[in-house]
Amino acid sequence: MPNICEEYDVVVVGAGHAGCEAALASARLGLETICFTVSCESIAMMPCNPNIGGSSKGHLVREIDALGGEMGKNIDATFIQSKMLNKSKGPAVHSLRAQADKSDYSRRMRKVMENTEHLLVRQAEVSEICVEDGKISGVKTVSGAMYKAKAVVLCTGVYLKARCIFGDTSYATGPNGLQAATHLTDSLIQNGVEIRRFKTGTPARVDKRSIDFTKMTEQFGDERVVPFSFTTDPESIQKDQISCWLTYTNEDTHKIIRENLDRSPLYGGVIHSTGPRYCPSIEDKVVKFADKDRHQVFIEPEGLYTNEMYLGGMSSSMPEDVQYAMYRTVPGLENVKIVRNAYAIEYDCISAVQLDSSLEFKKIKGLFAGGQFNGSSGYEEAAAQGIIAGINAAMYVKEEEPLILDRSESYIGVLIDDLVTKESAEPYRMMTSRAEYRLILRQDNADIRLSKYGHRVGLISDERMNGVIEKERLIAEEIERVKTVNIGTSEEVQKIVEGAGSTRLITGTTIAELVKRPELNYEMLAPIDPHRPELPWDVKEQVNINLKYEGYIDRQMRQVEHFKKLENKIIPESIDYSQIHSLRMEATQKLEKFRPRSIGQASRISGVSPADISVLLVYLEQFNYKNRQ
Amino acid sequence: MEDTIAAISTSTMSSGGISIVRISGENAVSVADRIFQSKKNTKLTDVASHTVHYGTIESHDEIIDEVLVIVMKAPNTYTREDIVEIDCHGGILVTRKVLEALLDAGARPAEPGEFTKRAFLNGRIDLSQAEAVIDVINSQNDYALKSSVKQLSGKLSDKIKELREVLLDHVAFIEAALDDPEHISLDNYVEKLEKDVDNSVDNVSKLLKTSNNGRIMRDGIRTVILGKTNAGKSSLLNALAKEERAIVTDIEGTTRDVLEEQINLGGIMLNLIDTAGIRETDDYVESIGVEKAKKYAQDADLVIFVVDSSRELDENDHEIMKMIQNKNVIVLLNKSDMNTVVNKEEILKYMECNVLSISAKEEIGIDQLEDTVKDMFFSGNIDVNEEIYITNARHKNLLKEALTSLNLVKEGIDMGMSEDFLTIDLMTAYEKLGLIIGEEVEDDLADQIFAKFCMGK
Repeated sequence: MPNICEEYDVVVVGAGHAGCEAALASARLGLETICFTVSCESIAMMPCNPNIGGSSKGHLVREIDALGGEMGKNIDATFIQSKMLNKSKGPAVHSLRAQADKSDYSRRMRKVMENTEHLLVRQAEVSEICVEDGKISGVKTVSGAMYKAKAVVLCTGVYLKARCIFGDTSYATGPNGLQAATHLTDSLIQNGVEIRRFKTGTPARVDKRSIDFTKMTEQFGDERVVPFSFTTDPESIQKDQISCWLTYTNEDTHKIIRENLDRSPLYGGVIHSTGPRYCPSIEDKVVKFADKDRHQVFIEPEGLYTNEMYLGGMSSSMPEDVQYAMYRTVPGLENVKIVRNAYAIEYDCISAVQLDSSLEFKKIKGLFAGGQFNGSSGYEEAAAQGIIAGINAAMYVKEEEPLILDRSESYIGVLIDDLVTKESAEPYRMMTSRAEYRLILRQDNADIRLSKYGHRVGLISDERMNGVIEKERLIAEEIERVKTVNIGTSEEVQKIVEGAGSTRLITGTTIAELVKRPELNYEMLAPIDPHRPELPWDVKEQVNINLKYEGYIDRQMRQVEHFKKLENKIIPESIDYSQIHSLRMEATQKLEKFRPRSIGQASRISGVSPADISVLLVYLEQFNYKNRQ
Repeated sequence: MEDTIAAISTSTMSSGGISIVRISGENAVSVADRIFQSKKNTKLTDVASHTVHYGTIESHDEIIDEVLVIVMKAPNTYTREDIVEIDCHGGILVTRKVLEALLDAGARPAEPGEFTKRAFLNGRIDLSQAEAVIDVINSQNDYALKSSVKQLSGKLSDKIKELREVLLDHVAFIEAALDDPEHISLDNYVEKLEKDVDNSVDNVSKLLKTSNNGRIMRDGIRTVILGKTNAGKSSLLNALAKEERAIVTDIEGTTRDVLEEQINLGGIMLNLIDTAGIRETDDYVESIGVEKAKKYAQDADLVIFVVDSSRELDENDHEIMKMIQNKNVIVLLNKSDMNTVVNKEEILKYMECNVLSISAKEEIGIDQLEDTVKDMFFSGNIDVNEEIYITNARHKNLLKEALTSLNLVKEGIDMGMSEDFLTIDLMTAYEKLGLIIGEEVEDDLADQIFAKFCMGK
């Protein structure tokens, strides 16, 4: 019996943070797009922490926004507290983090999705991908319906064969008891996709009324909130904020955990999959940092209209009784009531080395993937891959060049490059240390770095792009100007300099030079810079950073130049590594497996040594020489 | 792709003894076997690795030479490929015939440096070791050779690795703290960092200081012999060279041009430049020599000023002393075998220098000269068994760049920059050091290096 059959340009499987960005990007680029979800109520759900951003993740959100994504706008509209982290450090590691009202966040994203032209949200479980001659042709749902498509983006998150576990209890469900997707894995395997199994976890949610906040430290938001999205007017989001609370575990907590380790599914042997090292459960922390007598616990509200509070830092898969016992040792949680248990979740995912840098499967044309399915962790990492996968699915259908960002221009580039070149043994989390050129990849200049790409593919309007170009012009002009503004050693000047705790000037200098002093900044020198033009705050911010850290920025730019040289040496797709005899066996195998696109990428594959790279360079020289002849 | 290569690996200029022809590559053994007839009738393709075989090389039914053949199978060989070495006994012409026979049998002639290139590409040696091979080939004296051999055995690599490890530890710690501020604290960390950076600055500076010695060891000491006409410069040169190279006569002004000679003085290489006598002259040819002498004296590492101690110092001597005021100078009071009228004290009135009495003609005092040179250039107690010497210009530049970055780290600390800035310069220093030993990739490096290699090694 013939089943339903519909046709789309792009099918997106999943409507989490990756799926939403992928579907929106594709639809906004004018392609007929359908986005499948197991539940329309769970669009952009936040099943773990109730915040967006944080160290290096804030950078990702800014970059998604600069490319024309939705995450920044969505959190700006639904945050209940916001904070710029690491302000005592350099601007490279400043990072924005906002607490979200979870249900509000989800509801707003659903509204955007449902009201985007060319996009349909469809509740159904996708059970099969259809591949013809190495090319994707569509998907089938559990009911047997066929949806033909030119491109498919897999954003299945943690739902494939998901299993939630605490103690010796386990359910075959996705997060929050949602239905798991049990069929798709087999279809992927049949089509040659290699599957592996990861785990992650989440702490308990507790009832606010059972917490004694007097034993905790209150954590306020910033007085002046900075928006995530470059399109959000900062004035429009200044509002009353909700506090978070800080408390600590202690020896009693750790003792209970140690005594019950054999009942932990992770240590007791029930869970064999690998969890994220950088987002460890409290059990992991107690074992790994055995010398620490306490660990932070952040109590964070899940939203304005619920009493549920998230116990940040205490994710666990211990049995229920142990969870109660350990939580109740923490100051302020002595009488705590649990609303939802902490649990670990296991799921099927892939090693992203099966993808190329555009997030397309190397062996199945037109099939793309993003998010936790690719072995990452975190909402922001997911969304970042989602928008790139969505854009490139669209580019594929339109037969245009894919968008590939490199490590020297974005955290997204670092994220994807790491995923496709390094076989991570655990869920991949973004961190500032993963970005080599982070002084250039700041969260404050993401618009200048990336708007051009968003504009090129068609997600950023001409008007918005012109705004960025104008901003760049103003910054460059003002930097040029202050380099020529000489100031003398008048008392007025000395007063400002000394007032800031700096030493008196002996000879005159320029404003540009003076800004470099650690105690001073561009803004403070306004009184002795009478011809300074009126400039928007974000232009002034860029002028200050660019002047102040000029030497460091220049040196980092030189590192980037070297990086680009190797990155621009493209390895021909027809290369046959088995023909290069000087390569070591391990290198040949690795290169054959990864098939890197450039010498630079090849050099980052573990198991490929610098000597191997020299061999490749020599070979490429010969290859190019022969081809020129 | 990786075909079998062959070359004569001993100097083609050497007149006697054994010459070695070396073959490397997948078919090295079978190629050699095609032209080798074993006395015991064994085939080279059947023998065990690292064994020696006696027999003859035959080509076109003609016996070319009686040889010893050493078969070494991959991977425990210089190139990590199969290698066969043929020890030939019949002199250079015969050796060339052996090579030709190998080329007929399927090998191709090796390009300059190709054996070492393969050793590097196959991961047998790292970059600084590969470069040391060039230095071994080009070494002109014992000290240089020992220093190169040190690099070859990886002493420099070890030192650089040690330095890099310290830097990487710091970068890793700072990065970890930035990512996990809850568990890793940077409080008071900068003091520890500063100490280690100071230490690294010292270490890199020390290595750099050896680079001058390194050049001198590799290239020899550029030495100019000065002295007025007929002071005995040419006799000195002859005494040093033990060979009548310069023309020694008693007629003033016989040495018309600049003579260059390399002399091995107790293991130290002197690049001696013997000049015309310094004298106000109308003789055109000779005056060119005088100008050259002045110019060479300016560029020299060492000036040997020969004074005729049997005659009073004259204006020519004073002219020369003015010329060499700021140079490393040894004054030789020559003709000590005659009645001397100039003594050490008189010289020291005019300039600071080492003064020795010698007789070039009678070869008296040459040993002291040797000792003095050693004292001056190797601080008297040079111990080439312990020290690492930087003999390579590329290494020197990279060390300088690493030093610049380390000083920028210190500057950053002084300015109170937060740790995330300090990692930028720490990382640059780390990478520059890595380039020395080839643990970082430079895109045109392989070509740069191998272009310098000599044939046959």
